[in-house]
Amino acid sequence: MRLTPSTDAIRLAIPALSLTVLLAAVFWLQPRAMSYIGLNLLFNLAVPIALATIAQMLIMSVNDLDLAMGTFVSFVACVTATFLRDDPLVGVLILAGSVAVYAMLGVVIHLRGLPSIVVSLGMSFVWAGLAVLLLPAPGGQAPEWIRSLMTMKPPLAPMAIVASILIAIVAHLIVMRSSLGVLIRGIGGNQRSVERAGWSVLAARAAAYGLAGVFAVLAGIALVGLTTSADANIALRYTLLSIAGVILGGGEFIGGRVSPIGAVIGALTLTLAGSFLSFLRIWPDWQIGAQGAILIIVLALRLLLNRLEYREKRR
Amino acid sequence: MTFRKMLLASAVVLCAAMPNSASADTSDKKIALSNNYAGNSWRQAMLTSWAKVTGEAVKTGVVAAADAFTTAENQATEQAAQIQNMILQGYDAIVLNAASPTALNGAVKEACDAGIIVVSFDGVVSEPCAWRIAVNFKEMGRSEVEYLAKKLPEGGNLLEIRGLAGVFVDDEISAGIHEGVKQFPQFKIVGSVHGDWAQDVAQKAVAGILPSLPEIVGVVTQGGDGYGAAQAFAAANRPMPIIIMGNREDELKWWKEQKDANGYETMSVSIAPGVSTLAFWVAQQILDGKEVKKDLVVPFLRIDQDNLEENLANTQAGGVANVEYSQADAIKVIESAE
Repeated sequence: MRLTPSTDAIRLAIPALSLTVLLAAVFWLQPRAMSYIGLNLLFNLAVPIALATIAQMLIMSVNDLDLAMGTFVSFVACVTATFLRDDPLVGVLILAGSVAVYAMLGVVIHLRGLPSIVVSLGMSFVWAGLAVLLLPAPGGQAPEWIRSLMTMKPPLAPMAIVASILIAIVAHLIVMRSSLGVLIRGIGGNQRSVERAGWSVLAARAAAYGLAGVFAVLAGIALVGLTTSADANIALRYTLLSIAGVILGGGEFIGGRVSPIGAVIGALTLTLAGSFLSFLRIWPDWQIGAQGAILIIVLALRLLLNRLEYREKRR
Repeated sequence: MTFRKMLLASAVVLCAAMPNSASADTSDKKIALSNNYAGNSWRQAMLTSWAKVTGEAVKTGVVAAADAFTTAENQATEQAAQIQNMILQGYDAIVLNAASPTALNGAVKEACDAGIIVVSFDGVVSEPCAWRIAVNFKEMGRSEVEYLAKKLPEGGNLLEIRGLAGVFVDDEISAGIHEGVKQFPQFKIVGSVHGDWAQDVAQKAVAGILPSLPEIVGVVTQGGDGYGAAQAFAAANRPMPIIIMGNREDELKWWKEQKDANGYETMSVSIAPGVSTLAFWVAQQILDGKEVKKDLVVPFLRIDQDNLEENLANTQAGGVANVEYSQADAIKVIESAE
């Protein structure tokens, strides 16, 4: 880990640059977007995605992958639209319980040495089943407070931007500045050396999973605040979106190399890419392909960056 | 000055002379179609109808634009983002076939708050500020039994073919059929199988249950299963009952063959994919300032003995019988709701 700050800065610069370029293109295509309301409409659905991306990033920082993210966020959305509104105490208990389940998953995965992909895939069916049990038909209603929080109109910048910045700062403080964050990233980097240094890897992994659960719960609540009601399949896309967001934002699948600010930017970029293509009036059959093309271009830039980094290291 | 007045006067006369045209009021309005899925023949026909009818409307200047957008994946969050983009693009009305009846309510509310007319059809949304053009599936089921009662006044045993278990549409049509049987008690449902709206599944299911059934006089269906049922009856060498069809091309073709061979009589009923064009005209009427009730009902597309040939000729191989609606049809639907 002899990274010079310059490459770290470049690492963050690429997602920031792609976001800026996309944003400029969107403004050029649709000048109406260049307003308080416009920015809010462009980005408000990115807030839950950003939260889910941070959750996924925490799990990826310990070299694991969570394939249950989408169904878990859907489940939380269903709890929010039913229990959290009608019976807040029970709702909070259920959500706290589900965070505990997440932490426990971390423990099980660590103790038994299970592949996280398989465990989380299995859990995705559990969450999906629970969500369908809660809301067999789409419905429910968002609690008033979250609805007013998500539709709040703060001065200067729209809620979507304020929330994104807030999420990035909080996640940055936890993951990059706190000792727990360093420990979690250390597990991803070199688990054995963390163990030898006398830390409990078990506790750190459980903490990483628990924190991920907290962010995923926030994602579900934020999502219901925007949609006003839930659906057992509401957030299925979030599994892949969150992984793509982390990677777009400069994170890696292994090695504990993650960037919370980058992850938020990645989530915003993904959301914006969809709007960009829609403003371009690309025929729907081509849209998936075009979305993929944007991803590939950004990842190609990343590959180039990795080469530069490698050269720098050898020097 | 007089020349200008004359020009103006002639323009007024021209406008007045155009029958049924509301182009004066909506010619600068833009309408968008937000569609969540395009992966089957019904949806493809729906989009083709939209393109055909709205293309004509744009050309004649009834509206300024009528663009169709389909989300890449059938997901509510993606469609919500799509609707928010449409708000930014400055559309005056959004015609919506929704991925979820509730999960789009936030985005629909944003659109309403921005002064945009939202008309949902087929997949309707529950947000009160939007209009709904819904399908009365119950009535569709009931009308099947009513037809049979007219054809077979003495009644008899019926076989019911249901759709995909656990889907809202299946429950509704089936409830309608059972309501119809209560209304015409000379009929009795002696067997019920799930055909999943697919001919091959229906054929297997019917073939499996047939040996255990008494004589069947009629088969009530949900569409996409009539041809399979007919095959099963033919294979078992049972007398052919009246099988209600569901407007699929293979069903209509089989019906035509039987009609030519032995005068077989039945009817066929389903929802035309062209309902998207009905939603378009309803949106146009609302933009035109018409008072329109929030809840409208789609008329069924029913094919009978005498218009079978005509409908079959208009149906693509492997497709569904379709009808495109006109502005006059939309006005009729709007007025019938009042």
